[in-house]
Amino acid sequence: MNGYAIAQIVWWLLLGVLLMGLAVMVGMDMGVGASLRYVGRTDTERRVALNIIGPHWDGNQVWFILGGGAIFAAFPLIYATAFSGFYVVMLLLLWTMILRPIGFEYRSRIGNPAWRGAWDWALVVSGAVPMIVFGAAFGNLFRGVPFHFEWNMTSFYTGSFLGLLNPFAVMTGVLSLAMSVMMGSLTVMNGAGGVMAARARGLAQLAGLIAIVLFAIGGLWVHSMPGYHWVGGPGPGIPQTPLQQTVVTSPGTWFDNFGAHPVLWCVPALGFAGMLGAILAARAKRSHLGWWSGAVAWIGVIGSAGSALFPFMLPSSSDPSLSLTVWNSSSSESTLLWMIGFTAFFVPLILWYTGWAFWVMRGKITPEMVEGDEHAY
Amino acid sequence: MINGTVVDLSRLQFAATALYHFLFVPLTLGMSFLLAAMETVYVTTGRPIYRQMAMFWGRLFMINFALGVATGLTMEFQFGTNWSFYSSFVGDIFGAPLAIEGLMAFFMESTFIGLMVFGWHRLSKGQHLAVTWLVALASNLSALWILVANGFMQDPQGAAFDPTTMRMHLTSFQDLIFSPDAQSKFVHTSIAGYVTGAIFVAGVSAYYLLRKRHVDLAKRSFRMAVLFGVLATIGVVTLGDALGFVDAKAQPTKLAAMEGLWKTEEAPLPLNLIAFPSQAKQRNYGAVQIPAVLSLLETHSLYGTVPAIDALERQAARQVEDGIPAVQALEALSRNPQDPAALAQFDAHREDLGYGFLVQRYAPDLARVTPAEIRQAAKDSIPPVAAVFWSFRVMVGLGLAMLAFFVLATLYSLRNRVQEKTWLLKLALWMIPLPFLADEAGWLVAELGRQPWTVYGVLPTWMSASTHSVGYMAFSLIGFVVLYSTFIAIEMYLMVRTIRLGPAEPGGPRDRESAPRPMLSGRPFAAAPQVAKRED
Repeated sequence: MNGYAIAQIVWWLLLGVLLMGLAVMVGMDMGVGASLRYVGRTDTERRVALNIIGPHWDGNQVWFILGGGAIFAAFPLIYATAFSGFYVVMLLLLWTMILRPIGFEYRSRIGNPAWRGAWDWALVVSGAVPMIVFGAAFGNLFRGVPFHFEWNMTSFYTGSFLGLLNPFAVMTGVLSLAMSVMMGSLTVMNGAGGVMAARARGLAQLAGLIAIVLFAIGGLWVHSMPGYHWVGGPGPGIPQTPLQQTVVTSPGTWFDNFGAHPVLWCVPALGFAGMLGAILAARAKRSHLGWWSGAVAWIGVIGSAGSALFPFMLPSSSDPSLSLTVWNSSSSESTLLWMIGFTAFFVPLILWYTGWAFWVMRGKITPEMVEGDEHAY
Repeated sequence: MINGTVVDLSRLQFAATALYHFLFVPLTLGMSFLLAAMETVYVTTGRPIYRQMAMFWGRLFMINFALGVATGLTMEFQFGTNWSFYSSFVGDIFGAPLAIEGLMAFFMESTFIGLMVFGWHRLSKGQHLAVTWLVALASNLSALWILVANGFMQDPQGAAFDPTTMRMHLTSFQDLIFSPDAQSKFVHTSIAGYVTGAIFVAGVSAYYLLRKRHVDLAKRSFRMAVLFGVLATIGVVTLGDALGFVDAKAQPTKLAAMEGLWKTEEAPLPLNLIAFPSQAKQRNYGAVQIPAVLSLLETHSLYGTVPAIDALERQAARQVEDGIPAVQALEALSRNPQDPAALAQFDAHREDLGYGFLVQRYAPDLARVTPAEIRQAAKDSIPPVAAVFWSFRVMVGLGLAMLAFFVLATLYSLRNRVQEKTWLLKLALWMIPLPFLADEAGWLVAELGRQPWTVYGVLPTWMSASTHSVGYMAFSLIGFVVLYSTFIAIEMYLMVRTIRLGPAEPGGPRDRESAPRPMLSGRPFAAAPQVAKRED
């Protein structure tokens, strides 16, 4: 295994870390948004919920932007093929994501109840839809996506919009939404008191339970569907195009990596343990512990998907041999190395100042605080 | 083969969303520094008026910032959704600065902006000031990396095409980030943002001075803005000149279009002050010229000359002919990456690969290319002259008008006579749209002038787009138009409303500074609708 292959694997791991960061940090804000009208029944309650994440949603959202940028830089073929192939779904994601910054910033600037009600719904939609799309995208990776390439690597997507909303993808979408609602509810429990915390506590447990069930069903489902199996080609650490490999599909092969390395079973176990821990912590009113358990659950779930798919990143259902893998879709060695350097320096720095920002803004948000400060969200 | 209508619609969508995004970005760049400057004066002098200023302008800043962030999301994803061939072809190089922008700048800006808005009472004075400066620094770092990426499209440095992977790869990170185009463009564009912020603050302050409201705050804001503005405008003009100098070498077709240079002439070249270029006739109508000025501007010498369109077209035709065997070799390499004859042929012609792609638009099978198709491709290598020529003149004209305004305003402001000069204050109010128009015109010069390439001389625009259907493109365009129109209406409404409401006066009805109720952030300014009525 040469240096380029190691850089490719490191970047695959880094992308995993960034996606986990995205799921945990953006997912929590999305969960608060999606459950806004349930957890908050009055305008003041909703403002409390919004102001719990108010100082942080903007920074958290950068995990999403960085996720896109990192795929672009490290795996340009994935960025190009997936984003254009999933066109209508990506637009749904974008258009709902766009509503969020405006919703946060503009909602409470005008007192009119119809105005605020409309923005509340906008925040619900812009919380729920992106998380469903995020999960559904992962689901579609397991099923494969209908695309192929011309001689010069022009990509063609031949599926439909509805094809991306197949039952398995919808299920993984709901799993992702459930996990983000669980995290959002734990965040509200942590930042609010009284009746809101009680509602959030119930919702966190329900969402956690749904997530456990769907994660288990998902595992069984993946076991029964045709998996992709890499047979031959240039392999790791060799510059190549996806036109030079051979891939076949057969049922159950998505579990090959777990068979070859049984230690990987720890990863889905971590997912289940995290979800269970989050539910128990919510029951015990230990919201802080529950949030960290929920973060572990995300690591387990995304880690499980990655462990099963490796080295595949975007399998092609039109022609499995054109599937995009870690080896054929990554950037050059030089770009990967530069980007490893930047990421290794900046991600710890980001984690440090994000932690500081949370520490500065620590403590509960009360209705009096929100109402006493008409500039609050 | 990509459908031409889809390419045109993709270009329209990109231009529309980028121009829209670029309404908000320059104001963020400029105002972030003004906010930091105001707060610095507050912290060093301890005078509360400057805190009030920082908070009031901060409110307007946030209304603008929200839309900048929202529309920036579109830009980050549009390369993949609508320009997938471009993305896979140059992602190895172009993706890196975008990702670094996120890591180094956007994370910092977005995290600290939360503290800037919510942290007034939770941070010490010094900490809050540091946070505000970090926001300003980060928004400028963000511009740096975006313009490094853009600089690569204008003048691809530090990259080479790799036939084994069928895409470009990074050869020198240093060359990429220190590309002269990227660097001069970064300074030119971010300072244009400072001008935008300065005109905005000066204009809104003039509105209060005209109405004799919040006079102290408005006078101080006006003075800071015009001082900042006069320096910034001088910077923009200087760097604009530097950029022209860089373009003369790196993008001769853009420069020829900007200046409407059709026929090669002897030095010293005259400047076309006004002209009506016709692409079909390859000449200008109604030209008003100033002798020798163009040579001075673009070569900084009386004896210098820059190539005109006739010479550039002849050169492009030669490059198209040389690029054809490069593309043919590439097709052979796609079937067999080890084919030695194809590799040798590719190496002999690789410099002009992009020009081979340019003619492939007309001749998908290059074995049957005709001389007429080669001539057409060579003609295509020239950007739309009239549009580039006039965008450039609009940008420069507005820039000079703003410079004149700032010089006058600074003189009167320093002599403390601004309030008497009602005409100047009215002028300041009418100046507000100018920098935005100039910013948009500058974008058009840069990006229309880059055509027909997405990466100059390397990758033609017609190849770069995703292979969508016309229906998909119509759907997304309509969606963007509906959403973005709604957003701008809401934004303008909130801006105007917040400006009409004005800053809270200390001790006034909307000053909650001393209110006994606990506060989330300590921001004392309220925006209750009943107060709006009182002031109307």
